[in-house]
Amino acid sequence: MSLTAEEIRFLKKKATHIRMITIEMIGKLGVGHIGGSLSIAEALSVLYYKVMRVDPKNPKWEDRDRFVLSKGHAGPALYSVLADLGYFPYEWIDTLNKPNTNLPSHCDRLKTPGVDMTAGSLGQGLSAAVGMALGGKIMKKDFYVYALIGDGESQEGQIWEAAMFAAHNKLNNLIAFTDYNKMQIDGYIHEINNLEPLADKWRAFNWHVIEVDGHNVEEIYNAIMSGKEQKEKPTMIILHTIKGRGAYFAEGKITCHNMPIKEEEWKTAVEMLRKERDEI
Amino acid sequence: MINLTPSMHEKELRDIYGELLFEYAKKDERIVVLNADLARSDSTLKFKELFPDRFIDVGVAEANMMGIAAGLANVGLIPITHTFTPFATRRAFDQITISIAYADLPVKMMGTDPGVTAELNGGTHMSFEDAGIMRNLPNVTVVEPADAAQFKAMFEQIVYYPKPIYVRMYRRRKEKFFDDDMKFEIGKIATLKDGSDITIICSGLMVGQAMIATQMLEKDGISVRLLNMHTLKPVDEETIVKAAKETGRIVVAENHSIINGWGSAVAEVLAEHYPVPMKRIGVKDHFGEVGLTDFLLKKYKMTAQDIYDAAMELLKR
Repeated sequence: MSLTAEEIRFLKKKATHIRMITIEMIGKLGVGHIGGSLSIAEALSVLYYKVMRVDPKNPKWEDRDRFVLSKGHAGPALYSVLADLGYFPYEWIDTLNKPNTNLPSHCDRLKTPGVDMTAGSLGQGLSAAVGMALGGKIMKKDFYVYALIGDGESQEGQIWEAAMFAAHNKLNNLIAFTDYNKMQIDGYIHEINNLEPLADKWRAFNWHVIEVDGHNVEEIYNAIMSGKEQKEKPTMIILHTIKGRGAYFAEGKITCHNMPIKEEEWKTAVEMLRKERDEI
Repeated sequence: MINLTPSMHEKELRDIYGELLFEYAKKDERIVVLNADLARSDSTLKFKELFPDRFIDVGVAEANMMGIAAGLANVGLIPITHTFTPFATRRAFDQITISIAYADLPVKMMGTDPGVTAELNGGTHMSFEDAGIMRNLPNVTVVEPADAAQFKAMFEQIVYYPKPIYVRMYRRRKEKFFDDDMKFEIGKIATLKDGSDITIICSGLMVGQAMIATQMLEKDGISVRLLNMHTLKPVDEETIVKAAKETGRIVVAENHSIINGWGSAVAEVLAEHYPVPMKRIGVKDHFGEVGLTDFLLKKYKMTAQDIYDAAMELLKR
């Protein structure tokens, strides 16, 4: 079943709304991981506003679907979604990285309601997601585990340990994404340590692999649905994205991984996005 | 007071462990056994036959094993990981640090063949730092049952411990130090013998050497307090300070580097609360090598005689 036109419009709006909150959150702080947060807005929108079985009022619900943000530095994007859904008071977004905050730069399951796994040391979240999916099988539960890894993160060996194991154990309840924005801190991925042929690598590891425009909610949704039809394979959805997408001062810039942001910049960007959102 | 002459179990610890695992897994469906291609050597392979759905062999991939265990604990299962001590700790140390300790997920990590008992596997497999680096991690508890009786007495506490826990496991040893009805509590030093002239604190393999040293000292008319510090962390400060006050001298014997292990932990407590002369018997800042346990204990000056000599030197002060 594909998305209706109204659903597509709604999910696009939500993606833009997530970007607005993310830019405001990091902007108010003056510095942060904006690039890799903005590139995953559509994926988060489709997951949290359409696909995932979650209950913001009951974040520890045993039968919920899980989401592991393995590239934990994109925490602000996830916090934007969780704040919007009411997992915690909206005002918390002003506390990002402030003393005693519940919204740390990298995801922490002990601090933030709705965060299913701690991540930040790259390569580890996918293994944890594999363990959660395996646990679901052992317990005969029908929840799905979604995991999102970075492209730079894919240079970690542990990603491929997890990939091999997940396919061997036929974890069809695991649907992972790669945020393939083609950039890492020190430069372009293909110049630092090339991942290509990335889709072929995952196929060679026996995953069901789909490449999509990571900023197209319809393509993302259809890819997830095809993942859910898998009987024997975990799914890798490669999201072709643009780092810093939606923030005019960051988009596509190699420096946008973790950048200082001026007040004028973030305010202007939020206004531009508000207009964009309202016109969707 | 307990019998200070070590005897022998009929079976190696690993076989008794295999039975224990089976017994608990039968009662509790949440128990999941993980291994990294060493199930044949630590006798968890039998578990695979009995509970195939709850036996996970990740292959040679310890980092992934720790991450998977974190995920299993995260959804409410009770994962128990198995591999040799160096691979159970330093090989996957960042995964343990972030995915298990920092995330505070109650994974049970079994490290087999601690210290010199790695024997013919030699220096690459002989970790003298594993307990030390693990004790450095917040949220992590470190225990070292010395024999099968102690292992059995502590197993229920280990399985249901609400925090990550690292267990040093003497899988191939048959020594029997303790009676089967003895009770041991995680975090609480066990007093094996009371005494007033000197205290010997020991753990794991060194319990046997310390027992013999105690008998040697007692023959010389010295009253020895023998304490078994089976839990490296949390440290039972109260019992250590009491021993310092009442006996005035302490020897610590460990199958581990004297840096950051049991001796260090005791020294920290003494330095802060009640400094008394002490000596550390253990591995003195070098790597391991191939050799049987008895040979290595001699070479590294970790025998009962070495404990005896250290005690006598302290008594002369």
